Amino acid sequence: MGKQDFYTEHSNGYSSYILVWLALLALTGLAVAVAGMNLGGLIVVAVIIIASIEGYLILTMFMHLRRESRVFYVFVSAAGLFLLISVILLFSNSSFQ
Amino acid sequence: MSTETQVHAEEHNRDNTGIRLGMRVFLFTELILFGGLFLVYSVYRYTYPADFHLAAQELNKIIGTFNTVILLTSSLTMALSTVAIQRSKRKLSLFFQFLTIVLGLFFIINKCFEWATMFHQSIYPGSETLLNESEGNILFFGFYYVMTGLQGLHVIVGIVLIAFMMRITAKGYITHNNYVKLENTGLYWHLIAIIWVFLFSLFYLIT
Repeated sequence: MGKQDFYTEHSNGYSSYILVWLALLALTGLAVAVAGMNLGGLIVVAVIIIASIEGYLILTMFMHLRRESRVFYVFVSAAGLFLLISVILLFSNSSFQ
Repeated sequence: MSTETQVHAEEHNRDNTGIRLGMRVFLFTELILFGGLFLVYSVYRYTYPADFHLAAQELNKIIGTFNTVILLTSSLTMALSTVAIQRSKRKLSLFFQFLTIVLGLFFIINKCFEWATMFHQSIYPGSETLLNESEGNILFFGFYYVMTGLQGLHVIVGIVLIAFMMRITAKGYITHNNYVKLENTGLYWHLIAIIWVFLFSLFYLIT
């Protein structure tokens, strides 16, 4: 048998993925619950932040983004941050009109 | 050259890092595609806040939540299929890949039912009912159908890819030493799930 791939040697177990999945389901439930509350413009920010946390969990735990080169990680983070800020600003403005 | 030597040579020459990075660069372009659509949606939401608020109430939050749970679970099964093949458990990997396909199909079927209900109410791009509504209303449903439709197309492509992965896994081309194709398919599938999470939040939840 040849030398094992770095990813094979350092792969996570089944349970860690199941735990992440449970966390994602909990966050989805939280987002739905928050959306049903009477919080005004804060709902927008809260829901987008929860969605971003879910996205971050999938990116880092399922897609193993951290294992890639730092440069790529920075690229994705920069793009994601730009989108996040733009959407929050636009949505927050519209909620307070 | 013997078969064993050939296999070792292929493993030695395969650039797994490059293969993974190439897939990630492609997924980055997908992120920009949907990101651009989200930005345009945000701009028009800013322009027509009341219309978007009212139009969003036509969407069924229960079906949307159900679809979110389905896609998140399919992301899990896809990740588990990679873990299984890393541990040389081919049949288990095939089972998880099959589950992912089934969950993807459930998602598409749900979307079909949801759209069928809206078509029945004459809420679709170009319908007379919708054209008589305000501009903001028309825009909201235009965005809804384009963005969720594009995401749905990606799900269908993903299902086809996973079906192909199942075939080559069963034939033994995907092994614990050579599973980067399966992993790349998984990366694609996870990105679809991320996109849906944001679509669900922006269309169904922020009303």
